[in-house]
Amino acid sequence: MNSPKKTWFAFPYILWIIGFTLIPLGLVLYYAFTGADGGFTLANVLAITEPVHLKSLWTSLKMAFLTTLICFILAYPLGLVLCSLNLKKSNFIIFLFILPMWMNFLLRTMAWQLILSTNGVLNTLLGFLHLPKVHIIYTFQAVLIGMVYDFLPFMILPIYNSLSSIGDDVVEAGKDLGAGYFTILRKIIFPLSLPGVISGITMVFVPSMTSFVISNILGGSNTLLIGNIIEQEFTYNFNWNLGSGLSFVLLVFTLISMGLMSVFDKSEGGTNKW
Amino acid sequence: MSNRLIDLQHITKIFDGEKILDDLNLYIRENEFLTLLGPSGCGKTTTLRIIGGFLFPDEGSVIFDGKNITQLAPNKRQLNTVFQKYALFPNMNVAENIAFGLRIKKKSKAYIDDKIKYALKLVNLDGYEKRKIDALSGGQQQRIAIARAIVNEPKVLLLDEPLGALDLKMRQDMQYELIRLKNELGITFVYVTHDQEEALTMSDTIVVMNGGYIQQIGTPEDIYNEPQNAFVADFIGDSNLLGGTMIQDRLVEILGAKFLCVDEGFGTNNPVDVVIRPEDVELVKPEVGIIKGRVTSVIFKGVHYEMTVLANNFEWLVHSTDMYPADSEVGIFVKPFNIQIMHKPESEDEKAVDINE
Amino acid sequence: MVKTWVKRLYMAFIFLLLYLPIIVLVVLSFNKSKARVTWSGFTFQWYANLFDNSRITDAFTTTLTLAFGSALAATIIGVVGAIGISAMKKRNYSIMLGATNIPMLNAEIVTALSLTLLFIRFIKLGITTVFIGHVTFGVPYVILNVLPRLRTLNKNAYEAALDLGATPLYAFFKVCWPELMPGIMSGFLMAATMSMDDFVITYFTRGPGINTISTMVYSEVKRGIQPEMYALSTLLFLLILVLLLLFNFLSGRKNSMEV
Repeated sequence: MNSPKKTWFAFPYILWIIGFTLIPLGLVLYYAFTGADGGFTLANVLAITEPVHLKSLWTSLKMAFLTTLICFILAYPLGLVLCSLNLKKSNFIIFLFILPMWMNFLLRTMAWQLILSTNGVLNTLLGFLHLPKVHIIYTFQAVLIGMVYDFLPFMILPIYNSLSSIGDDVVEAGKDLGAGYFTILRKIIFPLSLPGVISGITMVFVPSMTSFVISNILGGSNTLLIGNIIEQEFTYNFNWNLGSGLSFVLLVFTLISMGLMSVFDKSEGGTNKW
Repeated sequence: MSNRLIDLQHITKIFDGEKILDDLNLYIRENEFLTLLGPSGCGKTTTLRIIGGFLFPDEGSVIFDGKNITQLAPNKRQLNTVFQKYALFPNMNVAENIAFGLRIKKKSKAYIDDKIKYALKLVNLDGYEKRKIDALSGGQQQRIAIARAIVNEPKVLLLDEPLGALDLKMRQDMQYELIRLKNELGITFVYVTHDQEEALTMSDTIVVMNGGYIQQIGTPEDIYNEPQNAFVADFIGDSNLLGGTMIQDRLVEILGAKFLCVDEGFGTNNPVDVVIRPEDVELVKPEVGIIKGRVTSVIFKGVHYEMTVLANNFEWLVHSTDMYPADSEVGIFVKPFNIQIMHKPESEDEKAVDINE
Repeated sequence: MVKTWVKRLYMAFIFLLLYLPIIVLVVLSFNKSKARVTWSGFTFQWYANLFDNSRITDAFTTTLTLAFGSALAATIIGVVGAIGISAMKKRNYSIMLGATNIPMLNAEIVTALSLTLLFIRFIKLGITTVFIGHVTFGVPYVILNVLPRLRTLNKNAYEAALDLGATPLYAFFKVCWPELMPGIMSGFLMAATMSMDDFVITYFTRGPGINTISTMVYSEVKRGIQPEMYALSTLLFLLILVLLLLFNFLSGRKNSMEV
């Protein structure tokens, strides 16, 4: 039932993509490279070199890197543990692990504000134990905690999927050839789970680099990510040109990180499942 | 062929309350090509995995070269396995796969390179070092799996249905290849299969298993010509399996007719099982046969004709180079030494007596 | 080898981390004290307030309407589009796949900003613009779920149906549809879930007075959280739990677990 006529079915979708994905992106480019007077300028894009913007870009990259790293460190052992469970139970347990992901993400972030704030749950508990209070809220660490929490399931799932698709037989073959557990982990299991790791990294790194909501709620005005700057320029200062210029920079960084990932990810797969 | 290399003593293995192996006793000699043969679920793979160390028996012990290795982890055993679906490491190329075991043993680079070359030559894949695993055919992957195992110079090579995933032609080629390899390497092969033809072609010793019990141990000729019970007779080759009564030594009654045979010691008027191979059933003129029958079907098989003959309410399977047309009247004759008499099974598991002594 | 108790302990640790915020919200939703997180008695007050607060109920209705409306539109556009794409030659096929991936890979804030720039020029920001935005990021989920199924669709079965005298339409609905259904369903559900969870796109493309739960929570957090929010969280969590369990039991378990 393959016929050239059938490709016409894609027509409405193609129109939609052109109208609501490509043209809008073109507009971002247009605004990014024009000034308030409509003339061509590089000023909006070069504005990233201003110390305030550069600092927030650096904070964003640091945040994204640390979030990804911590998520990986937490998720990989969990994936191994989940895979070692027997099958009957594991489906339900995995369900439990991804259930919080379905909870509205603003409500989840709000909960962390309640936990971390100066008079919050954490400090109340510390007070009960007669321990000194900690001041985490509105710091880099608070945002980091929120990010790790929000994006952790996106690391767990692809890693678990790729780990669980590794057959018992290659692991047994490794044992048969004299390898101990850690050798098998390093030389067989980890390389084979790489596609899942890569797609996990992609799914955590880009959103945590570009997010502005979590930093807004948990970071206050102390932790400005590049996303916060763009949002401010756009919604409070109504400077669409500058907002677009910085968005263009963000777009470039997104493309660079995607490109880096795909270099590592020689084989496909893993990315489709989440 | 004297030394007992592996000794399985009173091995019992239970999965989910079901006895997969029940008090299994078996020894494997040095330099032997031993095949565990049986239908799926008979316990043959379980036995192999216990030898390999991937399963531990609930009872009994595994003795290897005089040492008890029952609880030893697989990576500490001096034997290697060729897995059913090859289990090659897809993230490594051919050379890295073969080098895996040697690198763990911290062999020198020169030694490893030598070994890879040697092993690839042995399996007829010279020059394949840099190939990727998924670029190889099933047969080639199989050979690499064998190469990966033998470079470690194991005393025993365990093979778990290694030809199961190959097509017919490739399977036949690999059978000769395996015999050649075994002779060149001079090590013990323990081979698991459900394919009786593979077992008969390659083995020095065949162990027929069913329901967690050993049914018979013997050379391929023994197993084929002198099956110990109805299961073995039925599982190995085509056969006419009949109930009979041993009237006295060297005389058995089958389907109401008396046949001369060569077996003794089955008592008098005792029910027995009788097996007659289709190629041993001779069709003669109706008046000379021991019993009379009518040919019901004829199929040309190339080397011989396969015929079925209805005689005394039993459908006889006959292989013969002489053709008798369908519907013709024939007589059936069987030479005394072609009649194999067997004890009726004592239990429903058809537990055979331990005849390896 | 790693000991079993270490594995259990580790699982418990991650489990606690994931559920800690939810537990906090549930506990606080029954707490009498309005301003502080210390326990000062049990109450159903906040649940009762919830249904009287038109701001919250409006946001709830808007969220659900948007989710199902946009997911439905995305499913129709996506399924028809996927049928078209699957018939394409390799080059066009990869181009379409690449274009489909743009909204999924692009930073949300950039997608939101780009849509807003478009909308501001041509239409007034309102519920329509939010709807278009949600459909835009919903369609890729439908396409990516349906396309693989279309590719592996058993053409022989379809041809066999024709051979046995079925009309093409009858054959499509009898033979192909059941095979596509799981993909369409999970595409729809993903689009709906994404819509319900979305904040960024809604925040940028909405007009004045339009609130989904996400944008409402955001402004609540900015102004100071009311305890009604805890009650809302608890109810939403229960709703999700029940829906997911139901969904898992209804659809032959295995498929849904991968969603």
